[in-house]
Amino acid sequence: MIEFSDVHVRLGLRDVLCGVTLSLAERRVGVIGANGSGKSTLARLINGLALPTSGSVTVLGRDTRRHGARIRRDVGFVFTDPDAQIVMPTVAEDVAFSLRRKGLRPEEVERRVGAVLAENGLSEHADHPAHQLSGGQKQLLALCSVLVLEPRVLVMDEPTTLLDLRHSRQFAGVLRGLPHQVVVVTHDLTLLEDFDRVVVLDGGRVVADDEPGAAIGHYRKLMA
Amino acid sequence: MSGLTGAYVPGRSPLHRLGAGAKLLALALACTALVLLGSPIALGGAAVVVVLLYAVSGVGWAAGWAQVRPVRWFAVALFAVQALSAGLPVAVTSTLRMVLAVALAGLVTLTTRTAAMMACLERCLAPARFVGLDPFRLSLMLSLTVRSVPVVSRLATQVREAQRARGVEWSVRAFAVPLLISVLRHADTLGEALRTRGVDD
Ligand SMILES: Nc1ncnc2c1ncn2[C@@H]1O[C@H](COP(=O)(O)OP(=O)(O)O)[C@@H](O)[C@H]1O
Ligand SMILES: [Mg+2]
Repeated sequence: MIEFSDVHVRLGLRDVLCGVTLSLAERRVGVIGANGSGKSTLARLINGLALPTSGSVTVLGRDTRRHGARIRRDVGFVFTDPDAQIVMPTVAEDVAFSLRRKGLRPEEVERRVGAVLAENGLSEHADHPAHQLSGGQKQLLALCSVLVLEPRVLVMDEPTTLLDLRHSRQFAGVLRGLPHQVVVVTHDLTLLEDFDRVVVLDGGRVVADDEPGAAIGHYRKLMA
Repeated sequence: MSGLTGAYVPGRSPLHRLGAGAKLLALALACTALVLLGSPIALGGAAVVVVLLYAVSGVGWAAGWAQVRPVRWFAVALFAVQALSAGLPVAVTSTLRMVLAVALAGLVTLTTRTAAMMACLERCLAPARFVGLDPFRLSLMLSLTVRSVPVVSRLATQVREAQRARGVEWSVRAFAVPLLISVLRHADTLGEALRTRGVDD
């Protein structure tokens, strides 16, 4: 459960979000809107990377202002550019990096890393340098490094923007199979077809909030 | 470049199985020995040992060459300068010394996972705690550096190609400014990504 209550965000002289109130309980939530409409800021509010100037954001009952670190353990985040998210030189090492503070035995780390890589079709690349993967595979790796921590909520900021059609379809397929609550910011409208709810932002305000068909229709009219 | 980035070559050789700490210690001792060895014959012997170690490791000659390749012109220049100023024997010993040290260091990176190296460094750097430094951060810095080489080189290629597409063949400023901006932007996101992965908490 994610709750925004009367959230304002001001960065520099700009009001990036102006009075957003939302409560998101659906399993699949999409966020769309023009460039600069505040989508990334909204996404980053969910794990406390950004904090509201006024108002509050609560995730699973905790205020992001006071419990940022705890919330980041429950909320996984996938960025647009996987290169900015992969911190270790090889695939398996990057996934294992997520587990470094769990105090697990090395065999247990290896087992969990192996399992998540196998589930997402990256097993054969386990020992390969991350920079040799294709864009789509890198994004899957970024996702694996998040999933291995067993988060309860996943937030993704334009995760398929840099991927070709085949890789975005593959990514969409993986996304569909996830049991987590997922909030996805995207320009890829087909990705949202089977979502439960889509929020449309414009100039820092929620201008539509509906099932995908109606919300996307509104967005198309807005952009016309 | 692949020397730094394509680093680890998976394998089951005795060198792979040796602990990272043991390998780093052996490397330090070997480099000291290389400095102490004075004659071309002794260094020739050392070269044979290094070649044998590579053979045992099974990483392949291409991987070995990739380690030494970046210093090849430096080696040639060093050899030429020494040969002219100090004579052939000195040129042979000092050039071999340098190339062998690079090859050995390369062998350690080729047979050791970064994670193992990090864990070892973290342990070795533990005393840094007493002066207020966090060993985990120091070793993270190391692996981020390794990881950033291909990323920055990709950004540089992109900037270069964008310039050429616009008809600018070579201008330091037209290259450096956009590259700096994209590197800073990358660093910014990387910082956030580290926070989302719990590094700051
Ligand atoms: N640190 C910042 N300082 C000032 N303005 C910012 C900052 N970060 C973002 N903005 C501005 O806030 C607006 C919304 O940004 P963002 O949430 O990234 O939008 P979106 O993801 O929808 O493109 C943009 O116009 C952007 O220029
Ligand atoms: Mg954005």
